[in-house]
Amino acid sequence: MTLGTGVNTQQVSLAPSAHLRRRMGYQKAMIAVMVAATLVSVFVTVGIVVSLLPTTFKLLSEITTQLFGTVWAPLFTPPQFGIVPLITGTTMIVVIGMLIGVPFGLAAAIFLSDYATFNVRRIVKPILEILAGIPTVVLGLFGLYILNPELIEKYWPIGDPLAYTGIGAGIMTGILIIPIVASVADDALSSVPRAMREAAYALGATKREVAVKIVFTAGLSGVVAALILAFARAFGETTIALMVAGSYPKLTANPGDPMQTMASFIGFAGIGDAEVGSNAYNTIFLVGSLLFFTTLIFNILGNRFIARFREAYE
Amino acid sequence: MSNTNKVSLESRLSARRIFIDGIFRFFLLLSVTFALGFIFVIVYRLWRNAGWLLSWDLIKNFPSYDIDSAGFQSSITGSIWVVGVATLIALPIGALTALYLESFSNKKSKLQKLVELNIQNLAGVPAVVFGLIGLAFIARGPFSWGFTVGSAAMVIAMLILPVIIIITRESIRAVPPSFKEGALALGATPWQAVYRLVLPYAIPGTATGTILAVSRAIGESAPLLLLGALSFVTFNPTGLDSGFTILPLAIFKYASDSREEFQVLASAGSLILLAILFAMNLSAILLRDRTLRKRNV
Repeated sequence: MTLGTGVNTQQVSLAPSAHLRRRMGYQKAMIAVMVAATLVSVFVTVGIVVSLLPTTFKLLSEITTQLFGTVWAPLFTPPQFGIVPLITGTTMIVVIGMLIGVPFGLAAAIFLSDYATFNVRRIVKPILEILAGIPTVVLGLFGLYILNPELIEKYWPIGDPLAYTGIGAGIMTGILIIPIVASVADDALSSVPRAMREAAYALGATKREVAVKIVFTAGLSGVVAALILAFARAFGETTIALMVAGSYPKLTANPGDPMQTMASFIGFAGIGDAEVGSNAYNTIFLVGSLLFFTTLIFNILGNRFIARFREAYE
Repeated sequence: MSNTNKVSLESRLSARRIFIDGIFRFFLLLSVTFALGFIFVIVYRLWRNAGWLLSWDLIKNFPSYDIDSAGFQSSITGSIWVVGVATLIALPIGALTALYLESFSNKKSKLQKLVELNIQNLAGVPAVVFGLIGLAFIARGPFSWGFTVGSAAMVIAMLILPVIIIITRESIRAVPPSFKEGALALGATPWQAVYRLVLPYAIPGTATGTILAVSRAIGESAPLLLLGALSFVTFNPTGLDSGFTILPLAIFKYASDSREEFQVLASAGSLILLAILFAMNLSAILLRDRTLRKRNV
């Protein structure tokens, strides 16, 4: 009996001490701080949407009918808002960029996941990271000073290319996305289980057959993700397009011509301190909305595909 | 008879397959060499163009239209100011967010999924769009901070925040769960376990990632185009309210003039920028290697 009461009193003293209560209180405060920090990134997104939409809608309601015209000159008087040249310019540069960036990026990914030895991989990966770290202004400079005058002006067969060319911007954009394609696709291909490779080798497949027919197929959703994310990156690239393709929104089918992309228009029109409410100010928000929501859709899609291969193999 | 036939067929087939394999390997190597070699081509051409101009004077002088006395001091200090302040803002917020999402929140809740999706997408928003929110809310509009170091730092902070969150989460996830479990078993509160054990272990990974994020931010030019940074600034920033320019846009500025000597200046600026970024990348790589080696032993 006495023993029992003894145990009982012991249990009572197990109630949270003042010290523990203080620690728990501290934890509660820290959790509140962390929640506040987490909300910041939500506010940023909300902020982007709120900064873009009102101006966009206001301008849209005024110019809806002009939007599908073929002359883009919002800064002139009278302004013209035909967005077609921006869309063709963007498409041209992004497509050329993908044509360059995707083959090289995928080649690098296959090389890293199936051909490179551990030590080669340890050297190649950081160099790819350095390539990814080259600022766009430097890539733009290379396009403007070297690619355009030394190669494109001299050898481009159609028309008479001058200082600014769409194809130059496309090529430099392609180089920009090589490391993006390579690293996302390499993640996917490397996470394909060894057992699948070994099973294929055991059936007599060659290295290429394993890499292309087994690993590449198994990691396809990751490869698709790589392409989508690279597309989104190329689509939003501003500085390269501005420096290499110039700022003349020409409606043209010749990649050797100067052209303007949606992103490079924002950069171009934003340089001259645009007054709030002016045409220049309003149009950069309109084009910004287009840019933001298009990349948003592609990023969501791309991340879906990444989640899919993670689910399958990790 | 049928046996020999089979054998010869097989050997011919495999010779063809081996040949294709060889060609495939050759093209892979060629592509990778091209992609990696491009870095050297860029550096070599910039060097041939402007290597002779590199000197301490180039770093110490202020911008000028006279090539002999032109330099990049104000843009280098501007870049340090902007990116430095941005890191001071984004790193604590990002680290706390990562800690919360990894260690405290309910991982299965819909809200968490939404927040994660948001961060992922924020990381993919084109940089120039951050310039737009900066223009609408920070430089003009509610904050009306003007084209200052403070405005620019806030824009760059928003740009690197999602990257820092993602990187920190990854390095927190790499901490063995036994660390936290052991501390909890000894009576630590979850916060104590996370703050004293999980976070210190995650610091090298976070530091590596932050260096990479910051080096991206230093090279970023598009969003600050919209914040008036493309201007001829002949003074160092003195505080958050000061006007500024940054190194990438100083390069851009020289590049938008087609005269020969400005090409040289722009190339020289690019060499300085690349040198800074290579140094940062190298330190990140060394830090990562050292941490990995220490932990494997």
